[in-house]
Amino acid sequence: MAGPVQSIERAAAILRLLAGGPGRLGLGEVAASLGLAKGTTHGILRTLQSVDFVEQDEATGKYQLGAALLHLGTSYLDVNELRSRSINWTDALAARSGEAVRLGVPLEGKVLIVHHVFRPDDTFQTLDVGSLLPLHASALGKVLLAYGAAPLEPLVEGEPEAYTRHTIVSSQRLNRALAETRDAGWAAAVQEMIMGEADIAAPIRGQGGLVVGAVGVSGPVERICDSKGHPHTSLVGLTRNAARAISRDLGAARW
Amino acid sequence: MVERYVISIDQGTMSTRCILFDHRGRLVSVAQKEHRQHFPKPGWVEHDAIEIWSNLQRVVPRALDNAGVGPDQIAAIGIANQRETTVVWDRRTGVPVGHAIVWQDTRTDALVEKLRREVGDDFFVEHCGLSPTTYFSAPRIRWLFDHVDDLHERAESGEVLFGTMESWLIWNLTGGPAGGLHITDATNASRTMLMNIRTLAWDDELLAYFGVPRPMLPEIRSSVESYGVAHALLPDVRIGAALGDQQAALFGQTCFAPGEAKCTYGTGSFLLLNTGTSLVRSRHGLLTTVGYKVTDQPTVYALEGPIAVTGSLVQWFRDRLGLINSAPEIETLARSVEDNGGCYIVPAFSGLFAPHWRSDARGVIVGLTSYITKGHLARAVLEATGWQTREVVDAMNADAPLALKELKVDGGMTANNLLMQFLADVLDVPVVRPMVSETVSLGAAYAAGLAVGYWPDLEGLRRNWHRAGQWLPTMDPGRREAEYDNWKRAVERSFGWIRSQ
Ligand SMILES: Nc1ncnc2c1ncn2[C@@H]1O[C@H](COP(=O)(O)OP(=O)(O)O)[C@@H](O)[C@H]1O
Repeated sequence: MAGPVQSIERAAAILRLLAGGPGRLGLGEVAASLGLAKGTTHGILRTLQSVDFVEQDEATGKYQLGAALLHLGTSYLDVNELRSRSINWTDALAARSGEAVRLGVPLEGKVLIVHHVFRPDDTFQTLDVGSLLPLHASALGKVLLAYGAAPLEPLVEGEPEAYTRHTIVSSQRLNRALAETRDAGWAAAVQEMIMGEADIAAPIRGQGGLVVGAVGVSGPVERICDSKGHPHTSLVGLTRNAARAISRDLGAARW
Repeated sequence: MVERYVISIDQGTMSTRCILFDHRGRLVSVAQKEHRQHFPKPGWVEHDAIEIWSNLQRVVPRALDNAGVGPDQIAAIGIANQRETTVVWDRRTGVPVGHAIVWQDTRTDALVEKLRREVGDDFFVEHCGLSPTTYFSAPRIRWLFDHVDDLHERAESGEVLFGTMESWLIWNLTGGPAGGLHITDATNASRTMLMNIRTLAWDDELLAYFGVPRPMLPEIRSSVESYGVAHALLPDVRIGAALGDQQAALFGQTCFAPGEAKCTYGTGSFLLLNTGTSLVRSRHGLLTTVGYKVTDQPTVYALEGPIAVTGSLVQWFRDRLGLINSAPEIETLARSVEDNGGCYIVPAFSGLFAPHWRSDARGVIVGLTSYITKGHLARAVLEATGWQTREVVDAMNADAPLALKELKVDGGMTANNLLMQFLADVLDVPVVRPMVSETVSLGAAYAAGLAVGYWPDLEGLRRNWHRAGQWLPTMDPGRREAEYDNWKRAVERSFGWIRSQ
C-alpha cells in the first residue's frame, strides 16, 4: 500500500493552523509556522482556495478558513444556484429532445425536484419544482444512489415501496441496477413509479467530480422508449451531453 | 442538403456575443467576449469602440468554429445592441473621437435638468416620445460639441459621423472608410431624442434644438431589411436586421400582437408592450418607442417602462451587504422565512425611473423592527422587483387600450422561482418563461432571417416559441391589495430625500 500523500498532510496542517490561530494569517506566517517553502505553501493555499476551504482577504491578502468547511456535511452547492447555472442547458435539452426536463438533488431519502422545464408542445403543464420522488423508482434517484449522492442503507433497511409491478424492491436487484448505472453513466426507470411513465437521467458533477444532482428527461413510456421498452439511445445521448455541459459549468474538469 | 444558420450579434453593455441559431430557432453555438468598462470620473461610463469592433472580429469566427460551420452556411446577420450609447468617429480614418459614452453615463444630468426646466417635457414628448433623461444620445452629442474643439465644424462638413453601436458595427462590417454603410434602424434612432416618432425621420426642430448637423447622422432604415452585404468578417453575407436590445427581446419573445408584453429581468429591467401601429402617448410616465419596423410595413410601436434597479439590488445585497455568496442564493435565504415580516425596500439608488421619474428620491428600507432577519430582507429585495413591475404594468394598463393578460419574461432573474411566483401573484396574470432565454440574440436572428426569407413570416416565428415554465397567480386578492398599499407608502417615503440646491 502506498504511504501517506505528503501534500494532503501539509494541506491538513495548514487547515489546522488556520483553525487554531488567532484569525487571518499571511502567506509568510503560514509557511514559517509549518517550516515549508513559500512556493509550496502558496500552491496548497491556492488549491484549498479553489475548493472554498480557504478564503483570502482581498485587502490584506491574508488567509482564513473558508465558509465551505463549515458546511462540509451538508450539500455545498445551493440548489437555486444549481438551477441558475443549469437553465440554459436544461432549456436546450428540452428543445432538442422534445421532452420535459427535470433536475433533482437528494433530500432526506428522496429526490427533490429543483428545476423543471416543460415539454415544448405548449400543452397545459404545471411546474413540479418542490415535489419529491422516490430514490429507487426514478432514474434521477437511481443516479443519486449509484454515485453516493444519497445513501443506500436506509432505503434497503426499511422496505422500499413497490409502486408498480416493475419497481425494484429487492436490495440485490437494486444493487445490480446501481452497478449498471455506474458502468453505463446513466439510468432509466421504465414504469417503475407510475405505469405508462418513464424517465432517463445522468449525473451532474461538481468540483472534484462529486455528484451533486441528476438531470433527466421524462414522459410517457412510448415517447421515452422504443417498441422493446428500451430507452431511445438518442434521448440517452442528449441527456448525457446536457449533464456533462452542466458539470463543466460547475467546474468538474474531466466531464 | 447543407444546413444553414442565422448569426446574431448582441453588442451588450458588458460584452459582445455571437450566437448561431438553426431553422427551428434553437441555439447552436455561442462565443462571447467582455470589454473594458472605463470610469474616468464619478458618474461617467465609457467604452472603447475600437475594442468592441475587434472583439466582434474574434467572437464571430469562434462561434462559427464551435459549430463547425463556414461563412457560406450563414444565411444572414442580425444585430442587437446596447441602446443610446454614443459613438462619434472620423469618416476617413475610422478612428473614434474619444471613447463611446455609455447609456448609463450621467455627465449630461445638468444639461438634461436645464432642458426640462427651460423647454419642458411636453415639447420633447410631442416630437420624439421621450421626456429628457441622461439615457438618450442627443444631450451627449451636445456635450461633445461643448467639450471637443472643432467637433461641431467637423460634424457640419460630414467629416465626423455619429452612431449608436449598431451603426458603428455596420459601418465597419460594410467597408469602413472604404464606403461603409452609415445607417441606423428606427428602434435605435427612436432612442436618440432626434427622431420624429411619427415620421421616423430626423426632426428639424430637435436637430436645431440640440444643434446637431444632419451630415453627421446615419440614414434611418427599417429594423428588418436587407441593408447590404458584409465585406469584412463574413464576406458577402447579408446584414438583415438591427434592433435595440430591448426591442430585439420583444421580437425574440414573438410579441407581435398589440397587447403582448415582455419584461427582461437583468441588472435593470425593461418592460415593453406592443401597442400595434398606433402610437400611444403615455400619461403615466412611460416612454413611447418604436417596437420594430419590418421592411416597408407600418411601424409597430411600443410603450416602455424602464426600471433602473432590479438585479443590481440582488448584487448590492451580495457584494455590499455580503449576506449571500451568489445571486441565486437569495432565493434560499428568502425561503427561510414565510413572508417579508412587514419590511419593504425601495431601491431608489439614483432616483426612481418609470413611472415616477423622481430624481430626488433615494432608497429606503421601511418597517424595520427587532423581529426582522436577513431572510426578511432577502424577501423584500425580491419583492421590490415584483412591485416595481406592478407599478409599470398599472401605468401600461392606464395608457393602453387593452389590459395586460400575460407577461413573458426573460433574463438572469427568471431562474428565481420564488420571484416568478411573486410576480404572477402581484400582477394577477400568468408569467411565462420561453424555452430560449437568449431572447435578445434570438430576436436579432429572427429579424435578420425574416429579411432574407430564411423564415417566411411572423407566424412561422411564433411557432418556434415554446413555453418552458409558467407561474399562475395564487395570492389572495385582499392580501395583494394590502401589500401593494404598503409598497406605495414605502415609495412615498423615498421621495424628496435629495434637496434641490
Ligand atoms: N437566481 C437569481 N435570483 C435573483 N437574481 C438573480 C439570479 N440570477 C441572476 N440574478 C441577477 O440577475 C442579473 C444578471 O442577469 P443578466 O440577464 O445576466 O443581466 P445583464 O444582461 O443585465 O447583465 C444580476 O444583477 C444578478 O444579480
